Amino acid sequence: MTLFILKRLLIAFFVCLAVSAISFALMFLSGDPAIAIAGSGGRAEDAAAIRVAYGFDRPILVQYADWVWSALHGDFGQSIYFNIPVSEIIGNRIGVTLTLGFVAFAVALIVAVPLGIAAAMRPNGLIDRLALILAVTGQAIPSFWLGLMAIVVFGAWYGWVPISGTEEWQGYILPVIVLSYYALPAMMRITRSGMIDVLASDYVRAAYAKGLPAHRVIWGHALRNAVLPLVSLAAVQLGLLLSGSIVIESVFALNGMGRLAWESLLRSDLPVVQAIILLLSLLYVALTTLADIVNAMLDPRLRGGSI
Amino acid sequence: MTARSAKAPSNPVLRRILTNSGVSIGGGVLILFVLMAMLAPLLAPHDPFAQDLTRRLLPPFWHDRSVSEHLLGTDHLGRDYLSRLIFGAQVSLGVGLGVIMVAGAIGVTLGLLAGYFGGRVDMFISFIIATRLSLPIVLVALAAVAVGGASLRTLIIVMGLLLWDQFAVVTRAATQSLRSQEFIVGLRAIGASTPRILFLEILPNMRSTILVVVTLEVANVILLEAALSFLGLGVRPPTPSWGLMIAEGRDNILFDPWLIALPGSLLCLLVLAVNLFGDGMRDITGPKRK
Amino acid sequence: MTEPLLDIRNLRVSIPTEAGLLNAVRGVDLRVTPGDTLCLVGESGCGKSLTATAIMGLLPRYAIQKHDGFAICGTDLSHNPNSALRKLRGTRMAMIFQDPTAALNPTLTIGRQLTEAVMLHERLSRSAADERAIDLLDRVGIARAASRLSLYPHEFSGGQRQRIMIAQALMCRPSLLIADEPTTALDVTIQAQILSLLKDLQDEMGLGLLLITHDLGVVAAVATDVAVMYAGRIIERTPRAELLRHPAHPYTRNLMKAIPNPGVTPRGEPLPSIPGTVPGLIGDMVGCAFRDRCAQALVPCGQDPLPSRTIGTGNRHSYECWLSDEEDGA
Repeated sequence: MTLFILKRLLIAFFVCLAVSAISFALMFLSGDPAIAIAGSGGRAEDAAAIRVAYGFDRPILVQYADWVWSALHGDFGQSIYFNIPVSEIIGNRIGVTLTLGFVAFAVALIVAVPLGIAAAMRPNGLIDRLALILAVTGQAIPSFWLGLMAIVVFGAWYGWVPISGTEEWQGYILPVIVLSYYALPAMMRITRSGMIDVLASDYVRAAYAKGLPAHRVIWGHALRNAVLPLVSLAAVQLGLLLSGSIVIESVFALNGMGRLAWESLLRSDLPVVQAIILLLSLLYVALTTLADIVNAMLDPRLRGGSI
Repeated sequence: MTARSAKAPSNPVLRRILTNSGVSIGGGVLILFVLMAMLAPLLAPHDPFAQDLTRRLLPPFWHDRSVSEHLLGTDHLGRDYLSRLIFGAQVSLGVGLGVIMVAGAIGVTLGLLAGYFGGRVDMFISFIIATRLSLPIVLVALAAVAVGGASLRTLIIVMGLLLWDQFAVVTRAATQSLRSQEFIVGLRAIGASTPRILFLEILPNMRSTILVVVTLEVANVILLEAALSFLGLGVRPPTPSWGLMIAEGRDNILFDPWLIALPGSLLCLLVLAVNLFGDGMRDITGPKRK
Repeated sequence: MTEPLLDIRNLRVSIPTEAGLLNAVRGVDLRVTPGDTLCLVGESGCGKSLTATAIMGLLPRYAIQKHDGFAICGTDLSHNPNSALRKLRGTRMAMIFQDPTAALNPTLTIGRQLTEAVMLHERLSRSAADERAIDLLDRVGIARAASRLSLYPHEFSGGQRQRIMIAQALMCRPSLLIADEPTTALDVTIQAQILSLLKDLQDEMGLGLLLITHDLGVVAAVATDVAVMYAGRIIERTPRAELLRHPAHPYTRNLMKAIPNPGVTPRGEPLPSIPGTVPGLIGDMVGCAFRDRCAQALVPCGQDPLPSRTIGTGNRHSYECWLSDEEDGA
């Protein structure tokens, strides 16, 4: 068990390193960052001064090490646009993104798992077909468009919810629905197929043969094994939801980290973009690593460290 | 034993009809879209770029103030909406195809190498895949397009560099199972060169698997292109991309919602068709459902 | 005669398929009395596992089951089989599966799996249930049982897992035990151990045992009575000794010839096998199902109803065939 976790953490560490290098490299893809800061019309002396002030004259590896070291201490540098620390700006905005992401994730999970189980109980039954339609459409409808249409229908036509740009909880209703609908199909499908496999297994038949009532067989025996693949997928989906917030937040004019990233891109405020990319990646790595560990705890066969 | 060998209805009749109709309906709609893209210059009643500021925001035919000349009305610059929608299919499918070629080449090559050589090569490539998966794709694509300069070519390359993961994962697994099969072992024994084995023996054996990934990934690409264009960092105006048209229609969302409803519906329909086709193909060709 | 633990008449099981209704079990009568071991023998696909599954009430939802009489442990189940069966499952009757690796839940400890049924059915406390589990594990030959309740199935060997399955089946002290190919998935040496364990336990507890197998070696080792099944019907039933001495149905005789017999079959000579394949079971079947493979097939073999013949003393040996016992001269 410990060995397994250590191994996972080691892989996660290397992935983090690679991801940080990629986010760091973005700063330099555009050419000389000093000129970018000084503005294209800026004087050469200004650029040179900025180069020294920001440390761009140092060897690139030194700059990278310095950036990683600072990032580890929560210092992502200064925003070029606001001229205040990036961490401060992100700190103000991350709450919206996390709220949106986690609530949408919870909603998706609460709908997807029972629906997947119900669909698996009677394959090709009514519920299964409805679930299939829900999944197929959910995978085809672009979430930004669904969001806009929802604003038109429920905001403008019916007036049930505020149209956009409010930090009140009502402002989260549509974004949460749209975002969870996006995450739902994959989770529903994996629950369904996992459950179908498990229900056909001998140990479920054996549990019935012991005279256990259906609900004990399903909740006590089947579900535990059926959710094993769901755990990994759920981590991936949560990561996608958080990084998908960039689209949804700009549709619903929510002042979250995604919208911040988008705005920063439009005004070439690369340190902010860098930091957000790094944060989202690290979050994803943390989530998937956590999922692996949870899986190992749920499945005793993995604990031996053979994987 | 007996119960196992007897067929359970989860597979037969109903499902097969469902999947087959998925392939045929999805494939049929997809062909219509392809025809629409290829024949766009013939089908479109107007020049999709021709502006006429005196005839801005004309409503489509089901509104009473509509103008019969513009069946689906005009956009905020007075361009014929139907023509722009028809040309939009070119962008979606063109970008889809271009990205798939880039992504497929990268992903399949990595997957072949990882699956065939195993060991350290596999470990390294799996690590690259893990790194790619942890990057927030929309944001990285936006950033890369922003710094790389927005052109259709940059867009295709950037998305291709980002969307190869499924190809790699699937190819890797398929290669692993093929590698140990007798005809490959035999070829190795008679000293066939590794590239020959990889590209002439193993690769053709997983055509159908890769075809499934291609279709399902095309759907992803189309959605991502639309999202990037919607955010203003994908396809540039005045090119008629459906995602961009939705973004342009946003200013008039409350009064002229058809401006976003129409391109969005086409987008949904296309992605739905591609997904139905891909899912159906997977069920028909793949021995295992995922 | 004691009251039978299992009394089932004219059991029929059908499965809808694309090609039509597959009649997998086509009228089976079974009786098991306390202390007896009835072996249900046949090739794979003859419907023997499905028969066992039907008795346990574990058929998949889409299967169609009919019968003319169904009683288990004195409870008549003809009318409302499902709820009554559920009460009997695990308490009066229990089942052992073919593959212990698949039949034990990989993510639950064996302690939990052994005790959950008895805690539910007999409202035993955890400690009392644990105690009984330890007793039984001890009895089936799992050493240091007390310290191993918290282990998971994958931490045991295949033979040990089957012992655990047996212990699990006996937890609620059933009177009827159904074992579906309990030794097929095991090594030959382990097979013998498991069989003798089953026999010992049966003697000790007076169990009625319905043992399903394709292995005549198993039959020879443990059966008191034998029912030979072919294409969904029981074509011959007999006490074990009679079967070994005097198999009557041509199929049974072929089956007996097909097993390696260390004393009789010369080494290196191929074992005789039965030519032809089992007939398809879709739709109705008229006449003897074995006639296409039977070397002694006669004209009336394609007709219904097949005569049921009884031979030997005590009416205990019967078979379904147009050939009379005397005609088999060969």
